[in-house]
Amino acid sequence: MSSETITKTPEAAAVPPPGTASPKKRAVLGHRRLLTRRDRITLGLMAGVPTILHVALVWLTALASIALAFTTWDGIGFGSIKWVGLDNFRELFTSNPQFWPAVEHNVVWFVVLILIPTPFGLFLAVQLDKQIRFSRVYQTAFFLPVVVSMAVIGFVWQLVYNPDTGLINSLIGANEPGHYIDWIGDPDLNLWAILIAASWRHAGYMMILYLAGLKGVDPSLREASALDGANEWQTFKNVVFPTLRPTNTVVLVVTIIEALRAFDLVFVFNKGAQGTELLSILVTNNIIGESSRIGYGSAIAVVLLVISLVVIIPYLIATFRKERSA
Amino acid sequence: MSTVSALENQRTPLRPARVLLHTFLVVTALAWLAPLLWALFAAMRPYAETSEKGYVSWPDKLSLDNFTNAFEQSDMLHYFGNTLLVAIPAVLLTLLLSSMVAFYVSRFDFRVNLFLLLVFTAGNLLPQQVIITPLYRLYLLIDLPGITMSGKLYDSALGLVLIHVAFQSGFCAFVLSNYMRSLPHELTEAALVDGASVWRLYWQIVLPLCKPAMAALATLLSIWIYNDFFWAIVLISTGENMPITSALNNLSGQYFTDPNLVAAGALLTAIPTLIVYFALQRQFVSGLTLGANKG
Repeated sequence: MSSETITKTPEAAAVPPPGTASPKKRAVLGHRRLLTRRDRITLGLMAGVPTILHVALVWLTALASIALAFTTWDGIGFGSIKWVGLDNFRELFTSNPQFWPAVEHNVVWFVVLILIPTPFGLFLAVQLDKQIRFSRVYQTAFFLPVVVSMAVIGFVWQLVYNPDTGLINSLIGANEPGHYIDWIGDPDLNLWAILIAASWRHAGYMMILYLAGLKGVDPSLREASALDGANEWQTFKNVVFPTLRPTNTVVLVVTIIEALRAFDLVFVFNKGAQGTELLSILVTNNIIGESSRIGYGSAIAVVLLVISLVVIIPYLIATFRKERSA
Repeated sequence: MSTVSALENQRTPLRPARVLLHTFLVVTALAWLAPLLWALFAAMRPYAETSEKGYVSWPDKLSLDNFTNAFEQSDMLHYFGNTLLVAIPAVLLTLLLSSMVAFYVSRFDFRVNLFLLLVFTAGNLLPQQVIITPLYRLYLLIDLPGITMSGKLYDSALGLVLIHVAFQSGFCAFVLSNYMRSLPHELTEAALVDGASVWRLYWQIVLPLCKPAMAALATLLSIWIYNDFFWAIVLISTGENMPITSALNNLSGQYFTDPNLVAAGALLTAIPTLIVYFALQRQFVSGLTLGANKG
């Protein structure tokens, strides 16, 4: 992709690019000769309007985040924007007591999701793929948490974790004053408590993705493997799992993105207080919190952006390369 | 059906392995539903009873009183209304705009296509917090006197609609372009030769063929937008204007004084998504996997 292409507006692109077309593309190019002026305007608008909306609200704001990260601004009038270079980042990396814990928690979030609910979702998918009865009923039970909003999940799990009225403490008798186990308030416990709720939801999501992936596995492969005398585990390990590679890629990307986006559950639980800091929460606190430190909040957003792009870019390159050759 | 699955389905209904599997699945499924069932159990009991006997206790009587109280006390209908005001236009607009982009990139061979699709797809993968600070400022800057209640884009349903459309159209454009690419080129080619306009190709030929994908995406989008918490928490400041999911956060402190009532409120909030999911389960799941299988 040339940089020239990048700077073109969609309207400009509606004009046939110069140069000869490869034989493969000839049929499609035939289209363009038939396009009237009106068609070109229609096409320009069809691509242009959505693109402008998307680029303005998503990409220009992302770029603005980067720009603001090098400034300090209290948000009152543009006059108060001051360029401070790397100061925000310096402060973030060296003296903000919440930053490194937040990074660590985001990493823990990912590690837990990929190590526990993801393999469990795969395991469930493999079991449900065996053409058993009531498969739909089981699927629904595991998938239900994915349909319900994170905010509702937050409230539901609070009923489980609440120190004096919650399910767990009531069951283990830890709901008397003095023996409280404060699942949400205790900084050593709260992240793990929230991660249980997050994993509960994630497993169902992964199960559905893997079920779809398993449907795409060529049955004759399994057949051949069975004829060769492989047992269930050997077939899975040597035949089925390798063919799930595309699904695994998607699962990995989805899980990383989910870990970076994690917000709702923590916000509902305890607003990211001690022990549950996350990058997303730090950014948000700089906007809707008491202090409006826009440059500083943007610097955190930039950290989040850089981490996401490290994941998004290789994924998209791989995806689209495959698509192009297909 | 393959030999393997035929073998597995042999009419020996009580193979020990199968019994074990079903036992495992039943137990796990129940454990999975436990938090929701627990919330339901709590919501069906009066606060006075649970505070006296404890939550893990045999109920004297189960009733739906908490549900009706939560619904009335917190004016939930009003917040459902706010959600519809955002979700309906957002879903329709997202589908319209993303299908246009998908049509453009999948039916024509412009050089910019791949890049355009990359921009949309990548945008949808960004964490929302990456863009929220400038977006929040932008929304405060844009004056819309007379158009929105707040006089600004900030704190308005319109603002939420716009960001939902902008953000979600990334995913939908990706899915729909894959779908449209699978439609035979001859279809549009013939119509174009016959002198049909580009708009007609899109509106009367391609779009009707995309109904299954559109239905799947519509289901997915309505649930996602209904469930949105983050955008509304940041971009809406008046409690009255909040959609139901984020309003719940305020309501729990404002109106609900007991956990049973909170449970009832939370479950009531989830009902519409559950209805959509049960009614359109197949579409929902196929929508999720339309995007994921392409990787």
